[in-house]
Amino acid sequence: MVSEYAIEMKNITKTFPGVIANDKVTLQVRRQEIHALLGENGAGKSTLMSILFGSYSADSGAIFLEGKEVEIKNPNVATALGIGMVHQHFKLVQNYTVTENIVLGMEPTKKRLLDLQSARKRVAQISKQYNLSVDPDALIEDITVGQQQRVEILKTLYRNANIIIFDEPTAVLTPQEIDELMIILKKLRSEGKTIVLITHKLKEIKEVSDRCTVLRRGAYIGTVDVKDVTENDLAEMMVGRAVKFEIEKPQQKAGAVMLSLKHLEVKDSSGLVRVKDLSLDVHEGEIVGIAGVDGNGQSELLGAITGLLALSHGSIMLEGKPIEHLSIRERIELGLGNIPEDRKKYGLVGEFSISENAALKNYYTDAYRKKFGILDFGKMQKDAGMLIEQFDIRSAEGAKTTAGSLSGGNQQKVIVAREISLSPKVLIVAQPTRGLDVGAIEYIRKRIIEERSKQRAILLVSFELDEIMNLCDRIATISKGSIVAVNKQNEVTEREIGMMMAGSKAEGKV
Amino acid sequence: MKLSRQKLLQSDGGVSVLVVLLGFLVGTILVALVGKNPLNMYKALLQALTGYNIDNGRMNVRYIGETLNYSVPFILCGLSMGFAKRVGLFNIGGEGQYIMGMTIAQMVALLGPQVQTLHWLLAILSAIVVGALWGVLVGVLKAKYEVSEVVSTIMLNYIALYLSRIISLRMPGATTFRTANYPETAMIGNEFFTRITNFSLLNNGIFMMILAVFTYWFIMEKTSLGYGMRATGFNKEAARASGIPVVKSISISMAISGAFAGLAGGIIALGSFRHGRILSGMDNYGFDGIAVALVGNCTALGTTLAGLLFGLLKNAQPLMQSKQIPKEITFIIQGLIVIFIALRSALKLYQQYKEKKALQKEVGVR
Repeated sequence: MVSEYAIEMKNITKTFPGVIANDKVTLQVRRQEIHALLGENGAGKSTLMSILFGSYSADSGAIFLEGKEVEIKNPNVATALGIGMVHQHFKLVQNYTVTENIVLGMEPTKKRLLDLQSARKRVAQISKQYNLSVDPDALIEDITVGQQQRVEILKTLYRNANIIIFDEPTAVLTPQEIDELMIILKKLRSEGKTIVLITHKLKEIKEVSDRCTVLRRGAYIGTVDVKDVTENDLAEMMVGRAVKFEIEKPQQKAGAVMLSLKHLEVKDSSGLVRVKDLSLDVHEGEIVGIAGVDGNGQSELLGAITGLLALSHGSIMLEGKPIEHLSIRERIELGLGNIPEDRKKYGLVGEFSISENAALKNYYTDAYRKKFGILDFGKMQKDAGMLIEQFDIRSAEGAKTTAGSLSGGNQQKVIVAREISLSPKVLIVAQPTRGLDVGAIEYIRKRIIEERSKQRAILLVSFELDEIMNLCDRIATISKGSIVAVNKQNEVTEREIGMMMAGSKAEGKV
Repeated sequence: MKLSRQKLLQSDGGVSVLVVLLGFLVGTILVALVGKNPLNMYKALLQALTGYNIDNGRMNVRYIGETLNYSVPFILCGLSMGFAKRVGLFNIGGEGQYIMGMTIAQMVALLGPQVQTLHWLLAILSAIVVGALWGVLVGVLKAKYEVSEVVSTIMLNYIALYLSRIISLRMPGATTFRTANYPETAMIGNEFFTRITNFSLLNNGIFMMILAVFTYWFIMEKTSLGYGMRATGFNKEAARASGIPVVKSISISMAISGAFAGLAGGIIALGSFRHGRILSGMDNYGFDGIAVALVGNCTALGTTLAGLLFGLLKNAQPLMQSKQIPKEITFIIQGLIVIFIALRSALKLYQQYKEKKALQKEVGVR
């Protein structure tokens, strides 16, 4: 009897010390469907797929491919069984060609000599068949991220995969590239491939998936036909409660200019110019978003504003006062708040407790410093206790918990709590919700909007266009270190911003 | 059982105790392997610790005094290493800072004003200041010009050694290995100690050491300065981004670190000798301080305990020899302890490696 399913994972249980990553999870994927696997961070998606790909072995449960029970001991077995995986972080050798990368590990030979010609032909042929339009001779370092991803897809197809697992494939792509990927996914399906799509982006699921399996905290919640449900239904399944996506943002008028950037030029540590002639104003009571693909000068721009990087040209004014020559501490004292992109590296001291981290920027002030430079650790703990309550920070031992032992969402809450409690005039926010689960994302965004209501000037950098569109009053699109255009949020579409992110000039409306 | 073992391995103090025990265990086996009775080693250690000679039942409190006296420079040099380490620096320059402190203390002792109390106090303070200067030099080079403190401290150790010879050879009554005797006013001997410890060399330096331990603890754990330094040591980038003046932290910490080693030099110069020395080689207290700090996890209490242990081992050396145990066994035990401490770091690295592997597996990397 032929099974209805291409993949069937039954009652998979996998535990790690102290955690049940998968608790009797069942996944049934039909032939030739795009099956989304949805869940928050830590829901067990990756573990389940690692079991299917042979990286982990399950404690109990069984896997069936086309109705036949299989034992997938390692990724080589998975490859032999026709399972391919496109990782979130590509495994490509930068200075090899596309073809060389694809054959890596299974190089074709003729008379014991490397035979790239036949491989090249096959790569070109597959690329054509699936409309991937990848040049087999291009060097990886010369092609775009979207194309690199297609090389990863080609790799699985070259190894005759029938089942392809995509791990958060859109995380690194521009909106246009995402559109193209969606087309590729559909094409793969029409050519007979079965696809598992790991994601937490509901829009993508609605767009391409046939069915969707939802996991929550390692448990199987259910499998639904995507056409029968709304995005909100999916979110509710994922989080376990109703979720509000559109954040209510009261209309308000922006006030005076608080942060003014004029003709900034910033070089990175290797001397390359990463920000060129960049000018931008942020007013009180508004959120200005910087939209752009990662690596277009955002980090360098924020580094220059906060004082981590030196400015090679231009001026930065905070409330009309030039700050580019001030130390980091002086900038903080003038009212510059910063929620950094890399929270573990720049935001927190992992070995310090929550209370010590909460005081990281003002421990030396009269708030905590007593005679002879003695610090009032008792008061620090008391204050941190209040922040913990106010910001709903979940920790094992209250204010004494070390920051490093907190979950990502709670670490971010500690940083947000610290920055907001210092009542900054200008708040720099970078990637505030990266890697957080839906509950924490909702909360952090709400807090940012609240700061806007308090007439703070906020500069937000995010690689997630959704976030930018959702939160910002004005959107500045950055490409190759320069602002391409500044638009009001309601006068521009995601698509237009996507075009500008990719570098095409557009008329800016301020 | 497994859980408690894990807990023990996670607490730094617990590991240090285990490491010391392991060092002694392997040392014992080695003694047995060369055909000697390991019991004699422990008899010598007991005598060095309590003054009680188990073989003839005699008590000599001088040993207690000497053990304490030996541990003073170990503890101070341990503090020197530890203070810099807590700020994320690897100060191998304790030896050089110690030598400079010693040299200036000798100089002040020989040439300074012969006034009661003021004379030795001046000598000790000079030792502290010069040690601090020798340290801050490294700190500034590191903070301003990103010169690796490991390289600069090693080089400064040699500069200190030869500079010390140049200076000391010009002192009154200098021969090839010693100067004239100090005047009485430069001494830091303590008659009371001398009396109760049966003429051991234990001197007022122990009070200075206790004060130093307290200062170390106070600065690190209680003050705003220590808070900024600990933040810098744990995560330099986050400290910088939070406005903590990292450059200043590094310079100040190296100054304080050097001050501890300089004090050790001053105490040895005035307490253990009645005349200045012209060094032909290093005393190695600075280097031993590295091991002391590592065993003591760079905390005030841990470093003190580790320093006492090293002092005990040093004092037990001649006793061991008299019991036909090669005194080198104490160096072997010290070496083993350091190796085991290093293994702990390796263990941590291994654990990180395993975690990374597990993570890679999770994202499906082969």
